Amino acid sequence: MSEPTASLEETPETVELSEELNNNAEQLHGVPVTDSRGQLVLHPSAGSYHDLIELLVEEGYDVCIDLCGADYLGNGTRVLPASVEPERFELIVNLLDVRTPRRLRIRVQVPESEPMVATISGIHPGAEAMEREASDMFGLCFEGHPDPTPILLPDGWEGHPLRKDFAIGSIPVQFKAVEGR
Amino acid sequence: MTTLDHLRNRDAVLRMSEVEAEERAAVVDPDDERMIINMGPQHPSTHGVLRVTMELEGETVLRSKPIIGYLHTGMEKTAEDLTFLQGPTNVTRMDYASPLFNELTFSLAVEALMEIELPDRATWIRMLMCELNRMSSHLLFLATNGMDLGAVGMMIYGWREREEILRFFEKVTGLRMNHNYIRPGGVAADLPDGWRDDVRSILKILPERLDQFDVLMTGQPIWRERTQGVGVITTEEALALGATGPILRSTGFAWDLRRAMPYLAYDQVEFDIVVGTYGDTFDRYAIRLNEIRESMRIVEQCLDLMPEGPYRTQDRKVTPPPRARIDESMEALIHHFKIFTEGFKVPPGEVYTAVESPRGELGCYLVSDGGAKPQRMHIRAPSFVNLQTLPHMMYGGLLADAIAVISSIDPIMGEVDR
Repeated sequence: MSEPTASLEETPETVELSEELNNNAEQLHGVPVTDSRGQLVLHPSAGSYHDLIELLVEEGYDVCIDLCGADYLGNGTRVLPASVEPERFELIVNLLDVRTPRRLRIRVQVPESEPMVATISGIHPGAEAMEREASDMFGLCFEGHPDPTPILLPDGWEGHPLRKDFAIGSIPVQFKAVEGR
Repeated sequence: MTTLDHLRNRDAVLRMSEVEAEERAAVVDPDDERMIINMGPQHPSTHGVLRVTMELEGETVLRSKPIIGYLHTGMEKTAEDLTFLQGPTNVTRMDYASPLFNELTFSLAVEALMEIELPDRATWIRMLMCELNRMSSHLLFLATNGMDLGAVGMMIYGWREREEILRFFEKVTGLRMNHNYIRPGGVAADLPDGWRDDVRSILKILPERLDQFDVLMTGQPIWRERTQGVGVITTEEALALGATGPILRSTGFAWDLRRAMPYLAYDQVEFDIVVGTYGDTFDRYAIRLNEIRESMRIVEQCLDLMPEGPYRTQDRKVTPPPRARIDESMEALIHHFKIFTEGFKVPPGEVYTAVESPRGELGCYLVSDGGAKPQRMHIRAPSFVNLQTLPHMMYGGLLADAIAVISSIDPIMGEVDR
């Protein structure tokens, strides 16, 4: 049989390596703005993130619809504005303005050495459970959180399952050899 | 200003560890009538494995807290080990009462990352199936809500009607639940011959049955006594807590993603958003009952407007070649093999898509690093967020009403814990 992979040239390689976005990227409230598949994304620093959320409430983004973490360990394809220093963890917050239907996303870089950010549950009480989940899954610490207890994991669970270096637990299946082969 | 100010009672959540609760129980104070009790995780009214700790004063519920995680199986971690093609098999098991919506939001996210266009028929089939699924999910709610409040007959009726729809799903997708029918690039198979007759027979049976539910529950004095004015929540509170779906609409705030941020072809069909007035348990019940009627309107329009054409994208990168081609062409066979073993690659990037599930905003945050598997897949589960309204709805109510309130949130624990 001939080498089958040779005929697969029709599948184009779509992986592009990380490229720096243009340096004079747009700014909103002094925070770099990017566009991800037509969606507005803000990249504040971990320090200015809390105040930015407060500012955006005034602007109408008064619903924190989603909050989650992400681990970029070993991912070399992330595209960030030049002024943003990439870190291992990211905190992603999706905000919603229900009066003039529009969305906005916030991506905060959180360093591995000190995964601390201020809690936004004082602004959006609905973020409380979501922050507890991000804390369970990635070990992110939310300063000033009213209830920093595990939510999905059992009490006393060690490790943070959604981190990339947390192995998927499995028990190897032993196949017995069939006699006579 | 913060949205925290909108909460009527900031201290409605019981933040107390079990050790503290035990210490408090040891101290006998004759003036202190309060006690902390635990409900669940195994209780017929908690819809799966939900546990609630409540602080009671006599029969009045003060602070409370839902405790979850009993059904956590790490599905977001599993998703990172499945290709984009296998992804729907995983997410469909989260909200098992409305599996098609999970598949839809995941597929929309993958398609947004790949920037592929769908044929019209695929879009309309998705819409038809999702609205039928909304009907079956709300029927399940009516069944469990009825049973929780003592209308035990409703349990049988709700499941019976739901089964009519599931039978149609089985015909189309091969399975009653966990369909893996909506996939990136379209749907798994075209609608079977005679699908219009099947859908019409469902649409013919249901209106009469819904009228029966009105007689059995809506207009009935005991039902009204049991639900009206119970578990009230305000618009500001719902928004502050991130609650969406029937809970938000019950407060009189007409927010529905199908109207506010249309996806699929919802801007081409006519339907009304059902809203309540008082934000109580009765409103949440009535909204779901009437949303079945609205979904039936959409399904009827789907029957007339269903376009002809391919049911999945012709992009060979995501769609395997047709079966007949595999017999003739070695390349087609290889291509088929590669798609199902390695999967297709998705360009790097991150995207958030949201759909209006029967329980509220169901979102999917997807990050790709350019490979065939997601780098990160997060599902914004409406039940998970909506559960936070529970302490605020129950505060100051009676213990017996707690059951009504939990039921009216309609949490699906598979989705809460993921």
